[in-house]
Amino acid sequence: MTESFQTPSATSIAAGVRDGSQSAADVIDAAIGAVEAREGELNAYNLVLADDARTAAAAIDQKIAAGETVGPLAGVPVAIKDNMCTTGVATTCSSKILEGWVPPYSATVVERLAAAGAVMVGKTNLDEFAMGSSTENSAFGPSKNPHDITKVPGGSSGGSAATVGAGAVPVSLGSDTGGSIRQPASLCGVVGVKPTYGMVSRYGLIAFASSLDQIGPFTTTVADAALVLEVIGGHDPRDSTSIPEPMPNLTEALGKGVDGLRIGIISELSGDPSLGSVEGIAPDVAARAAAAAAALEAAGASIEHVSIPSSVHGLPAYYLIAPAEASSNLARYDGVRYGLRSDGPNALAMNAASRTEGFGEEVKRRIMLGTYALTSGYYDAYYGQAQKVRTLMIDEFNAHYQNFDLLLSPTSPTTAFELDAKTADPMTMYVNDVCTIPSNLTGQPAMSVPFGVGDDGMPVGVQVLAPMMGEATMFRAAAVLEEAARV
Amino acid sequence: MSEQTANTTPGAVAADLPEGWEIVIGLEVHVELNTATKLFCGCPNSFGDEPNTNVCPTCLGLPGSLPVLNDRAVESAMRLGRALNCDVNSSVFSRKNYFYPDQPKDYQVSQYDLPTNTEGHITLADGTRIGIERAHIEEDAGKLNHGGGDGRIHGADYSMADYNRAGVPLVEIVSHPELRSAADARAYVSELRSIVTAVDVSDAKMEEGSMRVDANVSVRPIGSDELRTRCEVKNINSLRSLERAINFEARRHVDLYDNGERPKQETRHWDEEAGRSRSGRSKEDAEDYRYFPEPDLVPLVVTDDDITRLDASLPTMPSARRAQLGEKSGASNDDINLLIERGQDGFALETIDAGADAKRVVVHLINNLSEGHGQLTAASFAAMIRMETGGDLSSTQAKEVLAEMVASGGDPAAIASAKGFEAMDGGELESILDGIIAENPDEWQRFCDGDDKEKKKMQGMFTGQIMKATKGQADGAAVAKLLAQKSAS
Repeated sequence: MTESFQTPSATSIAAGVRDGSQSAADVIDAAIGAVEAREGELNAYNLVLADDARTAAAAIDQKIAAGETVGPLAGVPVAIKDNMCTTGVATTCSSKILEGWVPPYSATVVERLAAAGAVMVGKTNLDEFAMGSSTENSAFGPSKNPHDITKVPGGSSGGSAATVGAGAVPVSLGSDTGGSIRQPASLCGVVGVKPTYGMVSRYGLIAFASSLDQIGPFTTTVADAALVLEVIGGHDPRDSTSIPEPMPNLTEALGKGVDGLRIGIISELSGDPSLGSVEGIAPDVAARAAAAAAALEAAGASIEHVSIPSSVHGLPAYYLIAPAEASSNLARYDGVRYGLRSDGPNALAMNAASRTEGFGEEVKRRIMLGTYALTSGYYDAYYGQAQKVRTLMIDEFNAHYQNFDLLLSPTSPTTAFELDAKTADPMTMYVNDVCTIPSNLTGQPAMSVPFGVGDDGMPVGVQVLAPMMGEATMFRAAAVLEEAARV
Repeated sequence: MSEQTANTTPGAVAADLPEGWEIVIGLEVHVELNTATKLFCGCPNSFGDEPNTNVCPTCLGLPGSLPVLNDRAVESAMRLGRALNCDVNSSVFSRKNYFYPDQPKDYQVSQYDLPTNTEGHITLADGTRIGIERAHIEEDAGKLNHGGGDGRIHGADYSMADYNRAGVPLVEIVSHPELRSAADARAYVSELRSIVTAVDVSDAKMEEGSMRVDANVSVRPIGSDELRTRCEVKNINSLRSLERAINFEARRHVDLYDNGERPKQETRHWDEEAGRSRSGRSKEDAEDYRYFPEPDLVPLVVTDDDITRLDASLPTMPSARRAQLGEKSGASNDDINLLIERGQDGFALETIDAGADAKRVVVHLINNLSEGHGQLTAASFAAMIRMETGGDLSSTQAKEVLAEMVASGGDPAAIASAKGFEAMDGGELESILDGIIAENPDEWQRFCDGDDKEKKKMQGMFTGQIMKATKGQADGAAVAKLLAQKSAS
């Protein structure tokens, strides 16, 4: 039987470290101990940075001893998805093609976490270039679900979800292009937030699909998610798509409840065929989402079913737009400047050989899909059409946000599935993202909050969706759900 | 034909097309903007530095890097657009995808269906108007240096990539296929270059690659309005090459048609030494660039206020300057074009307006001020020319005074005096003459009253005396003038 851990929350760690009741060194020692104790079975990390973390913790303790100010995440151990650049620390995207590459710069989020006093304990495993829903498409082998290691942690940010779900660290960062934070958060029983597109800088996030990618936190509590998002969010001049407006105050919103809020349950994702739901939403998951709605209603929100037909068109649109952008974003891995280089008689042949050897099957599949979608003569039928669907979805969701403050759905159609259960058929894997994809296409925020377990005893998350920059309201509902789930 | 294009090189390959054919030319001109930094990052935009020293994660296309648009580059591109009479539009950057080792991201950020500048024109010196389809903003690629073999990519043992140029801002100006001769193409590029330098957005040097010209060439029977298969000729490094390349290519096409063949649509490389173009990449298996909107940048919004501000900031265009200077100076087209090319036309006008003789202004600028006018101001330049035309300075002295004024500024009279050219001063000359008259009253009487022969003799005598007294500093013309005045009074 494996040892079980339950990390204190980031909020309480930072409070303890700041008031001197505990040392950052002790916190980090405990976190590294927990990470290492479970790493053999979880494979959550591509790299554990025990020495660096201990050095950083000692520096924070020295600052405190010297009476210097430390940030709001002082001494908090954090894990970073291995598609975010870290100065001097290998960043792999779980791909062979980046073998040996060490970034000369850090992502904005990594800098902001460090400036807030957080301590990076390692780089977490992911589906190669964030393409997948199970973290099985990793060049370094799959990560496992901390609640049942025969099951997947979800993906693509599976390592980040697994290490927080295992109680080893209170905070990790993931990236969410089609659900890659929310779905693994749901499967691992943790809080996961996909912020408004543009709220968190993408500078230093290795792109999968630029118009959809967004960084967000995994945490054990809703309050921690608010705290971390406040630290990493806000305008960054290095990202042209970064929103210049000031960050909403999230921690202040937490206790405000949902009394008077109007919340819509998306019929198409409800699991109820009589409401026109898509197939494949498992009854036990649908039941938890219904229970969540009831809890919100009990807390004073008005609840109503709402039909958003375009929500189900998200999946095909997403699987054109995301691969199209990926086919271009991943072109630079050509063996010329960094990473893997395979031999070839000339430059183009060397490019092809390097890419053939360096990329895994799923990445190649999506590059081909995307290349095809952008090909002249097919552009209008595929990429152009998908962009129209995207515009339609934005319009439709915006229209509904005239009548609703928030929307609600399951996060993932099912609880965590067995390893290898869906690897043979990419289409079954893609359908996993049906509930999460709309928010990426619209750019709107959404988060997954743990809300009990399914028939198999595995965690179930419910998804709260909000309009652009609507995080404060979203967190109010998340806090109510967290409280309700505890009872 | 544009005989006024003073720069037409004698000895360029003559078009020499058989009767009945005409050339159809469209030009694509890349101009490197002279911004301090690159298009999407803060790296210096500078030519000739050590390889790979002006680079950062963004212009190296490192994983996770993002572009941030250089507002100054956009401003320059829009200014150029207005100077080319274009509509300046809100625009969207797109990615042009292709694999090549000089392209760090393996895509180029450019503009595709929504470029910044559309539908403008250039008016050539002879009045011909050439339409411009678009002038869009894009980033430059790096540079490959091929080692081993013969220095070209084929047969090279290895290649070294220098990314200093990667991300340098470019504007690509695409003409409509409305040019009908190599000479016109040359005139178009000259005019474009004048406009680019007038709005000061680039130094536009073909030899340094800050202005690069590709020519799309086809031929057709005169009277036809069809557009036949064209070839894109690259590697044109001078105006002379441009003319030669176009004429060679046109002749090649006619010869093919005459032989019952047709040209293939392809990119060809001009070989200046051999005087011929060579087949490059065939456009039949041309790459599909898979353009799509660049998701890392937001659309570029242009307002009416922007246009108003741009228009107000534009200097007078070379064509208008040419007309202005021609009217005021009466100088030849060659001289005018030379002054405009050197950017000295404004100074010339200013000096003429300050009351200097226009002819002398042009002569001095062309002959004595080819290296620029240094410390010389229009007012002092005009004063100097007035002294010269007033006879206070000989042309040799004028040249000397001018050189001093260019080097250190100052007042021409003071410089002349310091150089001992005071004899040139009208008043002083007169008092010297008065002294000589006093000593030679009879001779003076004979000069005033004598016949032409006597007058001439005495004039020689007085002039000789004055020259003696001034140690040869006096200006002969001024002395003659003074003698004439004095004797008439």
